[in-house]
Amino acid sequence: METKDIVIRTEGLTKNFGPLQAMREVDLAIYRGEIFGLVGPDGAGKTTIMRMLSGVMRPDAGKIYVDGVDVGANAEGAKLRLSYMPQRFGLYEDLTVAENIFFYGELFSVPRGERVARSNELLEAAGLLPFRRRLAGQLSGGMKQKLGLVCALIHTPHVLLLDEPTTGVDPVSRRDFWAILYNLRETGVTILLSTAYMDEAERCSRLALLHNGEVRYCDTPAGIKKAMPGALLAIISAGPRLLREIVSGQPGVLGVLLMGDRLHVRVDDSTRRIPELQMLLAGHGITGADIQTAEPGIEDVFVALLGGTV
Amino acid sequence: MNVRRLFAMAYKETLQIWRDPRSLAIALLMPLMQLVLLGYGVSLDIRHVPLCVYDQENSQQSRAVVKSFVSSDWFSISRTIHNQTGIDYALNRDQCIAALVIPADFSRRLAATGTAPVQAVFDATDVNTTNIALGYAQGVVAQTNAQIADGWAATHGILPSLVGQVDLDPSTWFNETLDSKNFIIPGVVAVILALVGAELTSLTISREWERGTMEQLISTPVTATEVMLGKLIPYFAIGFIDAGFCLVSAVYWFGVPFRGNIGTLLITTGLFIVVVMGIGYLISVRIRSQLGASQIALVLTMLPTTLLSGYTFPIDQMPAPIRAITFVVYSRYYVTILRSVFLKGSGLSDLWAPLLGLSIYALIIIWLAARAFHKALD
Amino acid sequence: MSAGAPAVLAQGLTKRFKAFTAVDHLDLRIKKGEIIGFIGPNGAGKSTTIRMLCGLLHPSEGRAWVAGFDVDRQPEAVREHIGYMSQKFSLYGDLTVRENLLFFGGIYRVPRRDFNERMRFAVSMAGLEGRENALVRTLAGGWKQRLALGCAILHRPPILFLDEPTSGVEPEARRRFWDLIHELAAEQVTILVSTHYMDEAEYCNRIALIDRGKLIASGTPGELRARRLRGELFEISCTPLGAAVKVLTGTPGVVEAAIFGDKLHVVLGEGGISATDLPGYFGEHGIQAGPAHRVTPSLEDIFVQLVSGRRERRTLP
Repeated sequence: METKDIVIRTEGLTKNFGPLQAMREVDLAIYRGEIFGLVGPDGAGKTTIMRMLSGVMRPDAGKIYVDGVDVGANAEGAKLRLSYMPQRFGLYEDLTVAENIFFYGELFSVPRGERVARSNELLEAAGLLPFRRRLAGQLSGGMKQKLGLVCALIHTPHVLLLDEPTTGVDPVSRRDFWAILYNLRETGVTILLSTAYMDEAERCSRLALLHNGEVRYCDTPAGIKKAMPGALLAIISAGPRLLREIVSGQPGVLGVLLMGDRLHVRVDDSTRRIPELQMLLAGHGITGADIQTAEPGIEDVFVALLGGTV
Repeated sequence: MNVRRLFAMAYKETLQIWRDPRSLAIALLMPLMQLVLLGYGVSLDIRHVPLCVYDQENSQQSRAVVKSFVSSDWFSISRTIHNQTGIDYALNRDQCIAALVIPADFSRRLAATGTAPVQAVFDATDVNTTNIALGYAQGVVAQTNAQIADGWAATHGILPSLVGQVDLDPSTWFNETLDSKNFIIPGVVAVILALVGAELTSLTISREWERGTMEQLISTPVTATEVMLGKLIPYFAIGFIDAGFCLVSAVYWFGVPFRGNIGTLLITTGLFIVVVMGIGYLISVRIRSQLGASQIALVLTMLPTTLLSGYTFPIDQMPAPIRAITFVVYSRYYVTILRSVFLKGSGLSDLWAPLLGLSIYALIIIWLAARAFHKALD
Repeated sequence: MSAGAPAVLAQGLTKRFKAFTAVDHLDLRIKKGEIIGFIGPNGAGKSTTIRMLCGLLHPSEGRAWVAGFDVDRQPEAVREHIGYMSQKFSLYGDLTVRENLLFFGGIYRVPRRDFNERMRFAVSMAGLEGRENALVRTLAGGWKQRLALGCAILHRPPILFLDEPTSGVEPEARRRFWDLIHELAAEQVTILVSTHYMDEAEYCNRIALIDRGKLIASGTPGELRARRLRGELFEISCTPLGAAVKVLTGTPGVVEAAIFGDKLHVVLGEGGISATDLPGYFGEHGIQAGPAHRVTPSLEDIFVQLVSGRRERRTLP
């Protein structure tokens, strides 16, 4: 990032739902041109933070600045600069593609000529141009998601907030969707998205790991992976179920996860534990088991950081 | 308030109404169904009571009596008979509800004494119908009396005498034909508009919640007032179409006399539509499920309008506490106004009291509705 | 059912809804004790297939046998031998954990003498010891999901159908759930799981990739990875990314190029440009690039490649 100006900033953001503390003093700083990912279990506060940033929900305490506008003091001003796509995309299924775009364009008072040009450009990019007269309800999941994005972009926002935009969308459409996001980013749009797909988290420039309404870790995907305590080993051998019995509970073993054709073992120190495990398996008459260090996925790191044992 | 956003909102809503068969059916078919059901079903009038005639004389004067029964529209001759047993037969076989017997010396006695008896026999198994038919018979006879300078009438057998019972109730002054439909139909119009108006608008906000579009809508710069007005404008237009349809049917289909001024009718109807749609909108903001909103709208419009507006049960005959409650039933004002405009031809200045009631109502509802919707999820 | 007979066998299984073909001539053979993953996007036909195999929907064409019974002719016999857990965990939120188990025990006619022991097993499997009297709606997603699984196996079915059991459940709970599935499979229970999370495919013994009602590939995760990619996958850091993709599009030897995070994923086939030449090639086009590393393709990479040939695709303007 050439410019280090902060586009989204929260200070001590707090929100309670009755006795439930949904958001506890969250501080975030997101720079221009980032694709920033929010990951965390359900109920961690991903949607709550999106809603507060977009001005549709008021925080109980704390400050939010989006593109230089204080959202708490001037939510309507902030709404002109940002765009929010909620989980259900906000499309009117009984309106056509063109009518949805017209509606959102008018709500943001986009000048007519600009609206037509921009909607053509966005529809072209999304591959939706031939479907302008089709009802939104008759589009496939991936097309709906892209139309949601087109509607969200019609007023050329500086900040894009996407709440689980790819949930339930097929992998091919997801890849197309990400390609559009990268293009946007090159035009200077700052993107904040939440996702339940850990492979998507890896595509973000930075990640915040949310848990119980708090930001536990915030770093680049590579940085977060480095923060994982210990190392991940993959043991490939026939009979991985038996392997698990043997390996579980051994000294230095922090977590064991049975995969379809292999065993993933998280250990405190790979150089020390690989020979130990090899000896252990040999002692059980298992020879030729292939033990390698494996690249941890974000999900592995996530579970490890939150203190899990699987 | 931004006109473009307001227009976009109204346009979007119009498209959605147009594409939603359920809304369209409520908007356009329900008034038709209700008009038929309430207009005919609740009507207390009976038409074309089947009548047997046994004219023993068959003179010019006796035929004049028969003719006056037929031309009244209340009776129609199902058959003509020529002997006394024919009457029993026709009544027993349900071929008629009433039989008219004109004696052979009818015109002679009329000429001699100035009065002459005719006999009317009624099938009294349905007491209600009989009473109404009897009332009609009295009406016919009264008219005949007026036509024939000499008064005459007599009955014997199972019925009381008709003589001297001709007695027009002064309360039917604006409804000379004693027609209950003239009284009922304007009330039916009020019931239909109240129900359809509130039902339609009660779904507008809850639909956005249920379909998941509300969250994005409130993340745009659209204001709460724009949402309210944008959503209500298309429904207001539909309400007027329905009102026009109902009022035209009242006059040309049901034959309710219209003596008032169209302008007065339009202004008061517009005010009433604002009230009911405002109520529907308020319900919609509060209740987030379409089903719940629709049921509450039904309870808040149909019940008070049918029971407490004076539409079927006269308000001045209600016990005092109930009568007090009717003042908060918005439809009582409109029912009063409609009846006065239709039957008395009242103008705006005559109607100042119910008009004031309705206007206060409209202002309160609009004020509440504009404040009810918050652009926030919590 | 003899030992060698497949637990599930489907031949040309097809389901049409009016003009729409949800499942299109699907052939399937699942061995006893196998965990088979039905992987594919929403609307691919996973749920429809599962519902036909459970005897809940009539096939339009083709036949299937589950535990040796014909799903279309003996649906009642099929249902006695299977456990089924749907996407929405059909638990009653206003009943307690114990009451839910009692209800499902009654429905499945679990013998009275076995019930207490089975209930204890289900409760401990779900990790709900001591919370038997809690209302189900007060439980978090992961607990509900494990309890739903407990309910589905109260009658000890030899075959289990799980329709997207992990959607909306957090990663750690998802892992615990898969652990349970492996334990059941160790006891020779045959399990068919559907999911739209590609990464979950790795937990299965065998995968059936489904797209638009058709089985497009099946095999172990390792087999699919080895067989299916038309070339080798490389990762390369470069800026600007968008321009880099445009440069590669149409370059001989490049099967596919896609942005992945702040890097580029490039599949290189036989002939044409080699991985070592890539940085130089980028340099000629004014793109800064680091060295290309070979990476193991994910199952999603495989899926995308398999599917993208079957439909028109658009990525970049």
